[in-house]
Amino acid sequence: MSDSATDQHPIALYLWIWLLLFVLSTFSYLVDYFNFQGYLRWSLILLFMFLKAGLIISIFMHMAWERMALITAILVPPLCLLVFLALMAIEGDYTESSRLLFFTAPEIPAPMHH
Amino acid sequence: MSMPTPEQAILKSGSEGAVADWASDRETFHVPWGKAMMWIFLLSDTFIFSCFLIGYMTVRISTPVPWPIPSEVFALTIAGNSIPLVLIAIMTFILITSSGTMAMAVNFAYRGDRKKVVWLMAATALLGASFVGMQAFEWTKLIVEEGVRPWSNPMGAAQFGAAFFMITGFHGLHVTAGVIYLSIVARKVHRGDYEKKGYAIVEIAGLYWHFVDLVWVFIFAFFYLW
Repeated sequence: MSDSATDQHPIALYLWIWLLLFVLSTFSYLVDYFNFQGYLRWSLILLFMFLKAGLIISIFMHMAWERMALITAILVPPLCLLVFLALMAIEGDYTESSRLLFFTAPEIPAPMHH
Repeated sequence: MSMPTPEQAILKSGSEGAVADWASDRETFHVPWGKAMMWIFLLSDTFIFSCFLIGYMTVRISTPVPWPIPSEVFALTIAGNSIPLVLIAIMTFILITSSGTMAMAVNFAYRGDRKKVVWLMAATALLGASFVGMQAFEWTKLIVEEGVRPWSNPMGAAQFGAAFFMITGFHGLHVTAGVIYLSIVARKVHRGDYEKKGYAIVEIAGLYWHFVDLVWVFIFAFFYLW
């Protein structure tokens, strides 16, 4: 059953990754704590998120030691979600612009009814 | 003239043939079948969670009403000071810690150290249960004190509640299922059920647990921090 050489890793490896995940989580929490805004905030959030996800998948889930057939079968299909993401971002922007155009309060205040 | 090739001669038809075709002697993934199936299940789960998160993105982009600020909504007052996102941060650290204990359980399983596997898996399940407990606390606070509902809330865009309850609820359900799953496997390890079959099952259960942690990384980034 030593298909992915899992039995040979020293425990220290997992403790190091654990520590790294702790540090990265602290960093992403500090992004909020120090109240960074705008592109700095978003890029830092994404950076720490991808680093954490990468460590969990490659080390904790042993993906780094799997064969290419399994790696590609699992990691390639989710890429089509990026297309979905882009489509829905465009759609969301369009919906917001039409809402702003048609559903916002008129300049002249409407007469009070109650 | 047209003699069937030896291969054609043994081909069965109908449902028997369908089973024979799919079960033909070909192996793509050189891992225990349970592990390949767990990966494929997790792939499908990735699509489910992604659909939730993309749905949340869509409603958040499309509403002209300001989105409630998670940093303030999820702040806790401790000793008179309002600390932003403090409970969420603790929950994040707990889940990461549980992933660490799980990874070590898998390692000890392959070394054949059953006692340590049982202890580490029990610790993982316990940390998972405490995560669900904190989530229950968070939900209660939001529903009872802040008046957040799936259709409205006093802080801003009405879609906030629906997205929050749907996403964290589905994740919490996964954690709960994971706690039960890990407890069952830990008990069977304790009984020595896998002495003959081998300990791939611990790694498979571990894959599920790490995935739950992985999903939380994305929820934390997109829902709580964004």
